[in-house]
Amino acid sequence: MIGRLIAMACALTIPVAGLVAQQTPSIRVEPAQLQGSRPVEKQTETAVIRDYLQSWKSLETALDQNQAALLDSNFVGTARDKLANTIEEQANLGIHTHYRDRAHDLQIVFYSPEGLSIQLIDTVEYEEQVLDRDKVLATKTVRKRYLAVLTPSEVRWRVRIFQAEAE
Amino acid sequence: MALAQSGNMSLPQSVTAGSAFSIPTTGSGDGVLYIVGPGQALRRDVHVGQAAAFPAGVLYNAGHYLAILTVGTSTDTGEFDVTPTALPEALGFLAKPSRLPVGLHNGISGAVYVFDAYRNLITTPMPVSFELSNSSATAQARTVTTRNGLAWAEMDSATKEGAAKFVARVAGVSSTRVIDEVPGDPCGIKISAQPDGGKLQVETAPVRDCGGNSIPDGTIVTFTETFNDTQSTVDVPLKQGVARVDMPAYKGAKISVALGVVAGNEIRWEGGR
Repeated sequence: MIGRLIAMACALTIPVAGLVAQQTPSIRVEPAQLQGSRPVEKQTETAVIRDYLQSWKSLETALDQNQAALLDSNFVGTARDKLANTIEEQANLGIHTHYRDRAHDLQIVFYSPEGLSIQLIDTVEYEEQVLDRDKVLATKTVRKRYLAVLTPSEVRWRVRIFQAEAE
Repeated sequence: MALAQSGNMSLPQSVTAGSAFSIPTTGSGDGVLYIVGPGQALRRDVHVGQAAAFPAGVLYNAGHYLAILTVGTSTDTGEFDVTPTALPEALGFLAKPSRLPVGLHNGISGAVYVFDAYRNLITTPMPVSFELSNSSATAQARTVTTRNGLAWAEMDSATKEGAAKFVARVAGVSSTRVIDEVPGDPCGIKISAQPDGGKLQVETAPVRDCGGNSIPDGTIVTFTETFNDTQSTVDVPLKQGVARVDMPAYKGAKISVALGVVAGNEIRWEGGR
């Protein structure tokens, strides 16, 4: 498997309100293996991966601060609704969750012929820490395969479907 | 359901979205069980030593979850997955374009995402049938098996104009998009002229595309008359498939016609006035 290590420093340093300095996750981008008829131009691939990684930062901040509005610039549709619902549940329970993505192994697997959706698979390693107010309830390192579908909006790609797959 | 021991909890490896399940616990005392993931967050007070029961419809978003059991100062942590149900309930059907000319190979494309009742993407492969039908043309059909929860297909636009139904269907669930198939470029354009006093009545034959479809009324036809190094141009919309214009009847004038990039015949008027 020939992978390319892409320095995504510029994408990962985009400021997010309230985000504290974090370690930059390692990013590995596999060559696209598309089932669609439309090739992904390099510029599109870079933009999609940049926006997807930014969505993780948005997710992390939103679930840590229990503020659904922080999802708005990176998530839309079902993905946004589900995450916002989780935030509401967390707030009702008095808990919050600190996620920190450590490594992403990404591959674009579908780009629809009309350019309306792009699907990628991300084998991601992240730390999940659940807190009851300031008390840490548990910390776990998780490695999962996520499926994400992004659709274009005015200025960026937004995550519309975001789902971890079972082993 | 296979269970994995995690401290004082026995966790399922996976739970089907929306189904009832329970988490047996061992030990004694009162505790709190949290189920937390990006998809949902739940909390249950539990009597340790008994099973914590979760009725159907409580945990329904597919994904990965941590289970945390706290009893006094001790904590047990485990993890499990929630998987989509196997039954499709809704389709996300993206089809493009909504309007296109007839006779285009692979001109129409559709991508279908298959969801269960809880809007989880069903990633188990399943066949999706695509059908494109137009009242005046033979229906096209394809069956494509989903991969990573999606299937896609490309279709040709029909040779006859009209509204086409583009239907995607999975296990009794369907979604329809309407595609407007319109005439393509004209196959040719031909004019004739008749004298009318000091003028020429110039008229096109009915303008059609190569499939015999009439070019829509309102489409602009351009008539050009060239005489003695001067050129005059008149734009005329098609009415009932035909464009007509009166032009000066100069002896030796050349009159030509065009519609978009398609040029028609040229007439040289020798009748004179």
